[in-house]
Amino acid sequence: MSEVLKFHFDVDGENFSSAGEASVVMKKKLRQLGFSPEVMRRVSIAMYEGEINMVIHANGGTADVLVSDDEIEIILSDSGPGIPDIALAMQEGYSTATDNVRALGFGAGMGLPNMRKYTDYMNIDTKVGVGTTVTMKVKVQ
Amino acid sequence: MLFSELTDLSLKHIAGPAAEEFDGVYVGDLLSRAMGHVEAGNLWITIMNNINVIAVASLSEASAVILAEGVALTEDAEEAAREKNISVYSSEKSAFTLCAEIAQRMGGV
Repeated sequence: MSEVLKFHFDVDGENFSSAGEASVVMKKKLRQLGFSPEVMRRVSIAMYEGEINMVIHANGGTADVLVSDDEIEIILSDSGPGIPDIALAMQEGYSTATDNVRALGFGAGMGLPNMRKYTDYMNIDTKVGVGTTVTMKVKVQ
Repeated sequence: MLFSELTDLSLKHIAGPAAEEFDGVYVGDLLSRAMGHVEAGNLWITIMNNINVIAVASLSEASAVILAEGVALTEDAEEAAREKNISVYSSEKSAFTLCAEIAQRMGGV
């Protein structure tokens, strides 16, 4: 695979039932492409957390995944409220999720920390009132 | 370890295919915690029963989900478990009791 394969997903912000679908589909694609279980696991955990964040906080968004031989890049973009304090949001256990969302088992405050933990590179570009774009890269060993 | 070695725990098979093997157990209800800590092949014991549990079990490649304290799956979660081939069992026992009994059969932890 010399060219970069591109995958695009629309993440529905209204529907908790389908939250995570893009990650599940992407994991299948990576398996078909022959990536290792470890790479599949890291990409799908990071992408799932990002997807859930967009559903919980931003009424959905888009996920673009660029797959090449040596790395997998995940770009998550939303037009949500933005993140006022990134350092605070990155702290394990910090969450602004509502009680309704917590009742579903989300809102542990582990989303962004997990995304950083399972990727080799992560950048958050956010503007309050405008939206957030998270770019993550997982290197293929 | 073979899942069949847990037969005497009276686990009720409620959705998906029958579980075959597992190696290790994770217990917890917060999905992001589970997402980061359920290892491929683990049993995951939880009391969360919504459809998102199935997504997390699928992505983390859990060998089976065991719902403690007599919890049942929601209807959409049951359907998702079938679609995604996730084995789901339920038990009247608490998560602690399940862990203790499984640990005993695993020869301690």
